[in-house]
Amino acid sequence: MATTEEIRTQLAELVNDVAGVPVEDVQLDKSFTEDLDVDSLAMVEIIVGCEEKFGVSIPDEDSKQLKTVGDAVAYIESHQ
Amino acid sequence: MTSIQASQGSPYARILSIASAVPSRVVDNAEMCTYIDSSDEWIQQRTGIVERRWVGEGEDAESLSLDCGGRAIERAGLTPEDIDAVIVSTISQFVQTPGLAPIVAAKLGTAGAAAFDISAACAGFSYGLAQAEALVRSGAAHHVLVIGVETLSKVTDLEDRSTAFLFADGAGAAVVGPSDTNGIGPVVWGSDGNQADAIFMTQSLQEVAATGTPSWLHMHGQPVFRWATTAIADAARRALAAAGLTPDQLDVFAPHQANNRITDAMLRHLKLPDTVKVARTVKYYGNNSAASIPMALDAMLQSGEASSGDTALIIGFGAGLVYAGQVIRLP
Ligand SMILES: CC(C)(COP(=O)(O)OP(=O)(O)OC[C@H]1O[C@@H](n2cnc3c(N)ncnc32)[C@H](O)[C@@H]1OP(=O)(O)O)[C@@H](O)C(=O)NCCC(=O)NCCS
Repeated sequence: MATTEEIRTQLAELVNDVAGVPVEDVQLDKSFTEDLDVDSLAMVEIIVGCEEKFGVSIPDEDSKQLKTVGDAVAYIESHQ
Repeated sequence: MTSIQASQGSPYARILSIASAVPSRVVDNAEMCTYIDSSDEWIQQRTGIVERRWVGEGEDAESLSLDCGGRAIERAGLTPEDIDAVIVSTISQFVQTPGLAPIVAAKLGTAGAAAFDISAACAGFSYGLAQAEALVRSGAAHHVLVIGVETLSKVTDLEDRSTAFLFADGAGAAVVGPSDTNGIGPVVWGSDGNQADAIFMTQSLQEVAATGTPSWLHMHGQPVFRWATTAIADAARRALAAAGLTPDQLDVFAPHQANNRITDAMLRHLKLPDTVKVARTVKYYGNNSAASIPMALDAMLQSGEASSGDTALIIGFGAGLVYAGQVIRLP
């Protein structure tokens, strides 16, 4: 089972790969759209990437609720 | 018992020529923003589209088909009588019957070539190419003209800001004929009719007659984006493998020009080397559905970005949902 920090690190790599955001900026309190400039299409790719990386399934109605990096990490932790 | 003779085809098929017809009317993002509440910046950032082409005065699906079809036959060094099958892929023949292909076959001057339309939306060129390859190899035809043509501007809802900036017009054609070496790899294709409502017409013809209002092409963009960047990226990888090639052996990647963001995501999945030249004609042409791949290939060949003999991976995907991709040798 991955720890919070391990999930955040892997998520940061994914956000960097998809949207070019520096990995060190991807912190738990950051909002994807407001702080990291991740748009709706990049978000789709990040969600799909999370599903592949962490073996979770994130339905549309849930993905809309994931506003911050912390939201996503918590979701992955509780659904792994 | 009497025996029935079987047709004798060529061992291999290849693309002998490619041509395209680019409509005259340029609609830039500034003009688009007079119809929808949007901005040049948003459209470019989400799609890479700077301008698109719409048919102008005197242009329609038939005229575009004749234009590129005629030039493709010339470039193949053939005459219209050499063409014995014409396949037109389009969702812009706005009657159920007759098809556009028989009209195009007659007006081009073929000697009554077999002719039929196919409906495979944005995968149409690759679907048509797969059929042409099979016809040549089976001996059912010797030279097949495949045309992808669309006038999506006629079904674009200028009040729908989530699709109006995408759809566009254009045509592209290829002549497929017999060859001593293989020029068309195995097709990797399929469909997912469970997502038939992802890209759709808002009304049937009966409803149009009853309501007296037009039917528009609409789309749920995000599910399509998700499908294109996952399942279709994987299908592209399989088409390459089916041809027995590795990414480093590829010269050109020309996916259906739907959106540069889809192309970018596919490139991330496929891990193609930087040396591969990637089609980006969506920037100037918009999304031309069945026409986008041959339009992109012709533009790349004419500009010198791609060369005759190059190995190219093409893949189309769209309403159905349907997809098809294959590796080809450029003429
Ligand atoms: C069409 C597409 C570009 C739309 O992008 P999207 O991110 O899904 O757009 P959404 O409808 O979710 O809207 C995202 C935001 O942009 C806004 N927006 C939508 N259309 C807009 C436009 N034309 N101009 C400006 N803003 C727009 C929305 O209001 C929304 O804002 P909000 O987040 O503040 O509410 C995208 O879904 C796409 O390309 N999908 C693939 C479809 C495709 O290419 N299909 C072809 C297959 S043949």
